[in-house]
Amino acid sequence: MIRDITIGQYYPTESPIHRMDARGKIVITFLFIVSLFIVNNFFGYLCVTALLGAVIRISKVPLKFMLRGLKSIVIIILFTAVINLFLTQGEHVLWQAGFLRLTTEGIYMAVKMCVRLVLLIVGASLLTLTTTPIQLTDGIEYLLRPLKRFGVPAHEIAMMMTIALRFIPTLLDETDKIIKAQQARGADFDTGNLMQKAKSMIPILVPLFISAFRRAEELAMAMEARCYHGDENRTRMNVMRLQRRDYQAAGLVAVYMLVAVALRYAAPLLPFWI
Amino acid sequence: MHKQKCLAVVCLDFFMEKRYLIDSCEYFYHRLKELGTWLPTMEKGDKETMKMVRAKDLTYEYVRVLETEQGTQEEKVAALKQINIEINKGDFVAVLGHNGSGKSTFAKHINALLQPTGGTLWVDDMDTKEDELVWEIRQTAGMVFQNPDNQLVATVVEEDIAFGPENMGIEPKEIRRRVDEALATVRMSDYATHTPSKLSGGQKQRIAIAGVLAMKPECIVLDEPTAMLDPVGRRDVMETIERLNREEGITIILITHYMDEAVRADKVFVIDDGDLVMQGTPKEIFSQVETLQGYGLDVPQVTETAHLLRKEGIELPADILTIEEMVGAICQLKSTI
Repeated sequence: MIRDITIGQYYPTESPIHRMDARGKIVITFLFIVSLFIVNNFFGYLCVTALLGAVIRISKVPLKFMLRGLKSIVIIILFTAVINLFLTQGEHVLWQAGFLRLTTEGIYMAVKMCVRLVLLIVGASLLTLTTTPIQLTDGIEYLLRPLKRFGVPAHEIAMMMTIALRFIPTLLDETDKIIKAQQARGADFDTGNLMQKAKSMIPILVPLFISAFRRAEELAMAMEARCYHGDENRTRMNVMRLQRRDYQAAGLVAVYMLVAVALRYAAPLLPFWI
Repeated sequence: MHKQKCLAVVCLDFFMEKRYLIDSCEYFYHRLKELGTWLPTMEKGDKETMKMVRAKDLTYEYVRVLETEQGTQEEKVAALKQINIEINKGDFVAVLGHNGSGKSTFAKHINALLQPTGGTLWVDDMDTKEDELVWEIRQTAGMVFQNPDNQLVATVVEEDIAFGPENMGIEPKEIRRRVDEALATVRMSDYATHTPSKLSGGQKQRIAIAGVLAMKPECIVLDEPTAMLDPVGRRDVMETIERLNREEGITIILITHYMDEAVRADKVFVIDDGDLVMQGTPKEIFSQVETLQGYGLDVPQVTETAHLLRKEGIELPADILTIEEMVGAICQLKSTI
């Protein structure tokens, strides 16, 4: 049951997006998220959605996988929608009860925020779906490298992420085993109220933590035995190289950002409901 | 002018000949190396360099804190007591001992993960106490641990094998070459891009061995590598280890408590309670059934059967280690009746 959880949901296939440099993809995703907050009218969002759709098409990742990422944040989206719906100040009041007030501006704002959130999640999951966790951590390590001067441990962060990814399945297996072992001894995880359920997790968490620490110690020793001593004089087998398609993508993104800014300032020329 | 030309031709001829000489020497050297083990004996004059591992009065003590009713007590425990061991290059050595005998502590000394509190340990003539040599020692003597899950670092098999060479600061192209080679050696090339968590225990352990191989070690120390594996995984790992010793000439130091694994070694050391109590060929060691049992060790099943039969007055050789030998001995016995 617990095996279904996956983190780093890479979708293996061949596409230009998959072949792009991880660093490029991270930066582009970041810019895309920024652009979502630059654009502030529906015509703009229509353009962004169309563009994102085209990129998804190129990436060959089924839309189903994109939407799966949305499932987990449905509550957040609904919450945002409700908050915006009732708490936005506006003049066109449609309905009022106490301090709750439904206005046209509120509806407009709620829809806008939801569209923003959905686009944001889909855009971000496109990054993790088309980039292997290893490439992703390598990319993050490279991008954080300039910050090393200010004491940001770029290599260590990347190493921690790699090890975390490596041990997620192992620890999930272990959790499964512990749950079964406790159930075999008569532990009950399914009945009782929230408090009791939370309490019944303790016999799972304690052995899990102990074993995780033991694993960490053994792993540290194994890493040392293989000459690990931080990133001093360390080389990589796979060297990241920017290719033509990465430069092309950079060009396209530059144009896209300009359009996004233009759309923002074009907003007053359009009717407010667009 | 003519004279000079002639001289040049003669010189060229001479050098060509020399080239051939060198080439053929090299050729023979490699052929002989392939043929096997006599090469080390050729260098016998140079005795020191032949030893992969040398331990002189190797002692390791640690302080154990005991919590008793009277409060905490500190107690000095000697995990290794003045051990003297010499292991030849190219040998396949097994170190036996029951749990807590100190055999793992000994293994960790070879990799400089632990440093002796007394005496000295040399790995390929490098003193493990010298801090500058630590990385070179770890590269010379690679180590494989018991739990296959707790020694793989990366989420992709080939990335994990590259981990060692990456730490050593080797050129990317060379790393790639070594990774492919190591994968081929442990016969796991098909799994290069798989994730380790989906592999079986035996496969993971072979990946761990490949990870060490990619560092081009002269010696591999394996600390109970098969203890957590199923029979199939155990067989695969043992086959790999033996092949590395036979074909690549890598010194193998196998820490184990499986007797049938120790039987395949050239030499067996028995450690009990931090003391080196027995050493010799498997036949010499396993023929002393009762002494071994006194150290809490089992002998191979066939050897024990032979021992019991001998006790009953049936004349069998004392050094039977394998089923084949047993069959041979019994058949001979039958023909004498």
